[in-house]
This record gives sequence, C-alpha cells and structure tokens, in this order.
Amino acid sequence: MKKMIFAASCALALIAGGAQAQEQNLRIAFDVPYEPFEYKDENGELTGFEVELAEAMCEEMSANCEFVIQAWDGMIPGLLARKFDLIMSSMSITPERAERVLFSEPYYNTPGGWFGPVSFETDVTDMAAMDGMTVGVQRGTTMDTYVTENMGGIVTIKRYTTADDMVLDLEGQRLDVVFVDYPVGEQTVLTKEGFKEVGEQVKLGDGVGVAMRKRDADLAEEVNAALSTLKEDGTYDTIMQKYFAYDIKM
Amino acid sequence: MPDFIAEWLNQNDIFTAMTIMEYWDGMVTTVHLVFLSLVIGLLVAVPLAILRTVRNPFVSGPVWLYTYLFRGTPLLIQLYIIYYGLAQIEGIQETFWWDIFREPFYPALLAFTLNTAAYTTEIIRGAIVSTPHGEIEAAKAYGMNWFMRMRRIVLPSAARRAVQAYSNEVIFMLHASAIASVVTIVDLTGAARNIYSRFYAPFDAFIFVALCYMALTFILVFAFRKLETHLLRHQRPVSG
Repeated sequence: MKKMIFAASCALALIAGGAQAQEQNLRIAFDVPYEPFEYKDENGELTGFEVELAEAMCEEMSANCEFVIQAWDGMIPGLLARKFDLIMSSMSITPERAERVLFSEPYYNTPGGWFGPVSFETDVTDMAAMDGMTVGVQRGTTMDTYVTENMGGIVTIKRYTTADDMVLDLEGQRLDVVFVDYPVGEQTVLTKEGFKEVGEQVKLGDGVGVAMRKRDADLAEEVNAALSTLKEDGTYDTIMQKYFAYDIKM
Repeated sequence: MPDFIAEWLNQNDIFTAMTIMEYWDGMVTTVHLVFLSLVIGLLVAVPLAILRTVRNPFVSGPVWLYTYLFRGTPLLIQLYIIYYGLAQIEGIQETFWWDIFREPFYPALLAFTLNTAAYTTEIIRGAIVSTPHGEIEAAKAYGMNWFMRMRRIVLPSAARRAVQAYSNEVIFMLHASAIASVVTIVDLTGAARNIYSRFYAPFDAFIFVALCYMALTFILVFAFRKLETHLLRHQRPVSG
C-alpha cells in the first residue's frame, strides 16, 4: 500500500512538474568587471547593461534566473560543462565560436576603439608610422583578432586577460595604445587624466549574442522571442539609455 | 620532416607550423627565464645560506627575514607587486630603471630569482647545519682556518646532502614559471593560452603544453641523476 501511495505521489509530482515546465531555472554567466556591461556597484551588487537586460529577459520568459561569475577564459568550457546555461557577457558572434555554441540573434554591437595618452599623435591606420609600437588587447576578443590579422608583425601585441591589467600597463607607459571595446575604453581609459581616443572606431564582427549549448535549440527560440519583445516594447531602450549616450541597439 | 608528421599537420587546423612555432618561441622564453633565475638564485643563495648560519643575529636576522618574506607569500603576488607596483612609482618612467622594468621579462626574472634564492638559501642552510661535528673537528685538528674549512669540508659535503632537495626546487621553479604569462610574457603557458583563445580548444592547447613541460622535466630529472651519481660516487660499492 505504501508503495502504491509513493508511486501515485511520484506520478502526481511528474504531472505537476510537466504543468510547471514554463517556470525553468536558468543560470547566466557574466565576466566581471566589464563596465558598463557587467560590474559590481559600491554595495557589491552585480549590475550593468547586460545584467539588467538579463533580468528583463528572465522576467519576460518567466524563468528563475541565477547569475554566475565566470572568468572570460573559462566561459565556453563552463557552458559546455553545464556549469551554467547562458552566457550574456558581451560575447561577439564569430564563426569559430558558433562551431562550439549556439548564438541567439545579436542584441547589441559596439565598435572597437583606440585609446592612448594625449601626447599620442600617430595615425593608427598608418602601418609605417605604427611600426614598432606596442598595442594592448584583451586576449581572444574580436579586437585581438583584428590587430593580429592586420598589424601582426608590424606592432608588438600584448594580450591581457582583464581590461584592468591592460589599462594599468597603459598608465604605466608599457603600452603605446590599446584597442578595446569602445564602451569599456570610455569607462576605464577616458575617465583617467591624460588619455584620449586616438583613432577612428572600427566596426567589428556580427554583434553580441546570448550563447547557449547547441542542443538547447528550444531555449534559443525562447530567448530570441523574449529579446525581440524587449526591443519592441521599449524596455531595451530604457535600459540602454541608462548606460549609453549613443546607440548600440542591433 | 617525416611525411606522416607533415600529413598530420596538414589535417588539423590547430597544430599548424605557425602554432608549433608559437609553442617553440614560448619554450625558448620559459627555458631562458627559468635558467637565468635559477643560476642567479643559486649564486645568491650560497653566501646567504652561510650568513644565515652565523651566530650573530644582526647577520643572520636579515637573511632570515628575507627568506621568511619570500617563502611566506605566493610567487604570483610577488610578481604582481614587482610588475605592476614598480610602474606606479612616481617618475620611474624618467629614470634608467624604466629601460629595465618596462618589459615584462626583467620584473619576472627579478621575482623568480628572489623567490628561488629564498628557497635555495634554506635548502643549503639545512645541509650546512647538518654537517657532522666530527668532520669539522677533524678539519680544525688539521689546522684549517674558517675559510678553508668551508671550502674544503662544509660546502662540498653540504652540496651532497642538498642536491636531492634542490632538484625538487628546480622542477618546482620550472612549473611556477607558468605564471609569467599573467604579465603578458608569451612563455609556454602564454602560447597555450593564446592558441586556446584562438581555437577554443582547451584539451589540444593545454595537453600539448603539458607534454612540453613534461619533456623539460624529464631532461632536468635526467641531469640531476647524473649529478647525483657524480657527487655521491664515493658511496658506491667498489666492486660495482
């Protein structure tokens, strides 16, 4: 008898579980600090453009979301190892990454920006003038690929894991110039005395998308639907205007 | 190059001639960095170890403090302090020091040397203090002065006792040098991280680099075994 009750309650739980399938648990990974996309405020709370967008998206999908901090190096391996289910950490869509993960529709695109000391007068597109300079990039970013492909062998490329370390070396005059995601440069370099933007912004890549495991095609559909609703109903614009003075919508 | 290797290289997109060259350059940097820091570290450690055994606390105290500081903190922290800290000193960019500390190589070399010298000092000190009293008394009985005793009796016998522990320190130093990649040095680990981030293939990039470290370790183990047999040859049975 006891066994039957147990079996019945299991069956009930299954049915109830099936009915509640909409209420899914999702873990979203961010690499902090990457201002203004994801960083910790004075109280240590996770915030930023992508964090707020993720919150809005979870609400739209009526999902229980948990935010996970993950260093950039281990992002894709962590996703594949099921440590989390979504990456919303400014991951640009590239063919190489798309072989490993499934991307949503892009939700923003920012250009790469050149930043250096105010005394920097060289034209960054003039390869003869750039010869022998030291350029800082973040390892594995689209900016890294751009500099490696277009200026490899001409300039010395230094690759950093975090933007903080890179800016520290720019301040310490170990780097002549850095090529970094424009908003990041605006927040970390331009806020410091004695630095400016030193070249034309460069549009790179196909924008930034939410990355998921390849098998989670259903989840990707839900994410795309939620994102397009947010883009249309004005929620996206409200969040964007909180953090940016210019348009990054895509 | 044998045909099957060439064929294998053509078949995969990760281990092309270009990435192999990147690993090779990384290996050269690693060996360069580790070799220099070990040699300088050993040269510094021998006199420090002798000073450390002196009874006068004003002589041995500072050496004790130095080994305590460098053995008491992680090498990564020491590297951060030397690499990023020095660059923050006002006006250092205008002095000749900046020519040395601008590039990441010398800050890393300094950190590694100070670290390994601290450990080696303690290894040699341990070997010196465990010199059998009889040997020293016999040397005194022969009328040897302090310097001659050190040179002929204490240091050679300490070297025999220290060599096993020191071989461990050398291998640890090789592996610890992997952290050089955090200050933009493209050593073996730096090369592996660059290749990993280009292809998103952690297994291929890191297992290959692990094999490189194992090959280097193998060479070290072999060299130290040769050195041990040479130093301890008097202990071998005569007929052997």
